[in-house]
Amino acid sequence: MRVGVLGLQGDFREHLTVLRSLGVDARDVRTKEQLQELDGLIIPGGESTTIAYLLEKMGMLSALRERGAQGFPIYGTCAGMILLARELNDPYPENRIGLMDITVKRNAYGRQLDSFEVDLQIKHIGEFHAVFIRAPKIVRVGSEVEILAEHDGVPVLVRQKNLLASSFHPELTGDPRVHKYFLEMVARG
Amino acid sequence: MERLTGTFKVKSGLAEMLKGGVIMDVVNAEQAKIAEKAGAVAVMALERVPADIRAAGGVARMADPRKIKEIMDAVTIPVMAKCRIGHFAEAQILEALGVDYIDESEVLTPADPEHHIDKWQFKVPFVCGARDLPEACRRIAEGAAMIRTKGEAGTGDVSQAVRHMRLMNKQIRIVRQASDEELVTLSKEWGAPLEVLRLIKELGRLPVVNFAAGGIATPADAALMMQLGCDGIFVGSGIFKSQDPERRARAIVMATTYYNDPKVLAEVSEDLGEPMPSISAAHLAERELLQVRGN
Repeated sequence: MRVGVLGLQGDFREHLTVLRSLGVDARDVRTKEQLQELDGLIIPGGESTTIAYLLEKMGMLSALRERGAQGFPIYGTCAGMILLARELNDPYPENRIGLMDITVKRNAYGRQLDSFEVDLQIKHIGEFHAVFIRAPKIVRVGSEVEILAEHDGVPVLVRQKNLLASSFHPELTGDPRVHKYFLEMVARG
Repeated sequence: MERLTGTFKVKSGLAEMLKGGVIMDVVNAEQAKIAEKAGAVAVMALERVPADIRAAGGVARMADPRKIKEIMDAVTIPVMAKCRIGHFAEAQILEALGVDYIDESEVLTPADPEHHIDKWQFKVPFVCGARDLPEACRRIAEGAAMIRTKGEAGTGDVSQAVRHMRLMNKQIRIVRQASDEELVTLSKEWGAPLEVLRLIKELGRLPVVNFAAGGIATPADAALMMQLGCDGIFVGSGIFKSQDPERRARAIVMATTYYNDPKVLAEVSEDLGEPMPSISAAHLAERELLQVRGN
């Protein structure tokens, strides 16, 4: 199984470390050509405006949109979730992958001073310590979307078929269970 | 469990999210928007860019809060601001404004010749400059959640940032190979806190993100610093003191991501117009150097 981590900007190294600790052939991906060689892709945390700008500039946005629509597994954390969202409560970034039927509000948990750690209950996983950094908030989920975890009544980990998205950063805590869950999605194709 | 805020995890966590990105100095809302559109991961809100601070002389202080608020309102990316070394009251003001990161910076005139700020007292994270590993260790021991090279700000001369990064890399190699008893001696000789050295030995790298800063003026400069192992790039005067800031900003963003791809670097380096007016750091007198402030 070969899983890519989008390496345009953000904490891709942390995702690669978790994947490699699970014995996965994990690749840092920065071009359209590299996308073709993968069984799944993680879009890391970072600045969504920066990652969106680079994705579009390198012609990767439409490629990802096409593959994602055909069942290619993608997991977006934080900025990655913003890029997967169909709707935003915000004008930026205008161009996204946009395949997941959710509405996301950027920086809705506040600025850095409001960034936080908290324990979550995740379906199929159990208790999970989560880190939220200037996190985006899911303010609407479509009927096709399964909520896997909530915090304060707000969804924070959601799945729609081959797409997984979280407001928090499992790559920052060294607990690989959310990554394992995604790898099972990849294994089932 | 209640939400925990202001932990070291969330402080260093934001720096992790900025990796592979470019943080740009801006002096107003208009520049901040240009930076955001060009792909900056954050902006540094300032009264003046370092080249102008250098030219003006006198005492350089924290920016007017109104200016910082104006910039915070203009963009959705994180906003950083600078306070003077040791000036914890300026830092308290910046925290009250809600900035996302504070740069306790040698570019401003130090307020305390003996001490840096005790950064553990704050919920807002701090980035600090360093010329070598012992200096980085001291800042981390004081609570810095992100490190940057000092370089020589406002010059457009990358040589000092290169020197600082190469020295840090060399010293990290020494720490990795040192035995436990040698670490104690290194700690004494270097004036570097032992617990931070132990952490560096265990991780094989700095425990926080390390960006390049001080003199970066071109896409090639950014690529050079990334290839030397920096996690990302600060560009101070290099963008808005150049002939075509928007174009140069985009080019430096591309160069920071594709630092290992000379073809992309060649493409983005083309036709950028004049870089910032630059001065060779080797020609500066000791009293003109910003990097020697704070240690």
